Amino acid sequence: MAFTPLDRNGIAARCAQDIPEGWLVNLGIGIPTLVADFVPPDREVIFHAENGVIGVGPAPATDAVNPFLINASTTHVTLRTGGSYVHHADSFAIARGGHLDLCVLGAFEVAENGDIANWARSADEPVKQVGGAMDLAIGAQRLWVVMEHTTKDSEPRLRRRCTYPLTAKGVVKRVYTNLAVLDVTPDGFVVRDMIPGMTLEALQARTEAKLA
Amino acid sequence: MIDKFVRTMADAMTGVADGSTILLGGFGDVGIPTPLLDGLIEQGARNLTIVAVAGGRDGSAIERLLSLGRVRRLICSFVRPASLAGRLFQRGELDVEIVPQGTMAERMRAAGAGITGFYTPTGADTLLAEGRETREIGGKLCLLEYPLPGDVALIEAWQADRWGNLTYRDSARNFNPVMAMAAKLTIVMTRNVAALGELAPETIVTPGIFVNRVLHVPL
Repeated sequence: MAFTPLDRNGIAARCAQDIPEGWLVNLGIGIPTLVADFVPPDREVIFHAENGVIGVGPAPATDAVNPFLINASTTHVTLRTGGSYVHHADSFAIARGGHLDLCVLGAFEVAENGDIANWARSADEPVKQVGGAMDLAIGAQRLWVVMEHTTKDSEPRLRRRCTYPLTAKGVVKRVYTNLAVLDVTPDGFVVRDMIPGMTLEALQARTEAKLA
Repeated sequence: MIDKFVRTMADAMTGVADGSTILLGGFGDVGIPTPLLDGLIEQGARNLTIVAVAGGRDGSAIERLLSLGRVRRLICSFVRPASLAGRLFQRGELDVEIVPQGTMAERMRAAGAGITGFYTPTGADTLLAEGRETREIGGKLCLLEYPLPGDVALIEAWQADRWGNLTYRDSARNFNPVMAMAAKLTIVMTRNVAALGELAPETIVTPGIFVNRVLHVPL
């Protein structure tokens, strides 16, 4: 049976469905940033940006840009009514201190033991880009990853063990890909949901780790 | 009378020594005191260590400082490979220390708060921990981190009074308050001047006790 993989917005929208009202959520750069656009405005989810914004709102109208208000991607945003600002040490205290209900990050690879690799493609890479990913990955109450199921060269990203340098060990709780939603459990990846037309067999063929 | 205002950029930059560690506020283009960096370039200090969230984009004041060969070492959370900092590092002409962003902020907070070290799980299971002291605390592997003090902090504020009390505009707060606490000499540029007593005490984010000099640089 034929299937159509989700696009970036489709992955983000699928993830957004599962974020309940009242959660404090940090969204990483890339596909994760798109997630906010798919949470209905009447569902009060509080988005945290690592540069010290609590209550990030949607993009401003082009004639109403506040040059002093950006998110972690350095994109201009708005502040929701009820929002507030903190300095950088407090902003990362929110992340590291376990105050985030959820952090959504992109990744190169996720392993069946919950390891995540999202900051360097090899240990020899000369120029490293850590940013806030390591702080967010260890600190949030739950870490979800949104990413393509395979690389552009059809290499699997859901691994038995990560092959790229780790960002953190054993922290990923769920993965949303363009093909499926998978929980990371003590027994490895468990498929929660697949796109229409996808079979467990076809998904397994695109995954290095054993699926259940 | 306490009056921390200086009249000229030259007065603001007096005494910044060669070899200083400079804490530089800002995130993206927001809250970064670019006029003060230009003043530092003019002042001429060399062999500097710069602490900032990132290595600077093309066209930024950090890039100008780097291009003049004034920076020996950069401590930041990421460097774009295609940026000048990335190219200098790959040619071996710049020393770069990559620090997770939250650890960087907390190391400066520790410096300002007299905390001589702390353990954090951030980075403990990664390449960044190689050859460094770790221990298991509460079932988690943790990495020992040391304070990150500055000789000088360069800060952008929204309002300042003559005691050096500061407010910040929206997300331009970012690293500025924690850097103001962590440096021996904190030099502020403010967009607006307030009379003493005009800023409501509840709205002051950085008390003037952490500030040494203030220069008015209108928007």
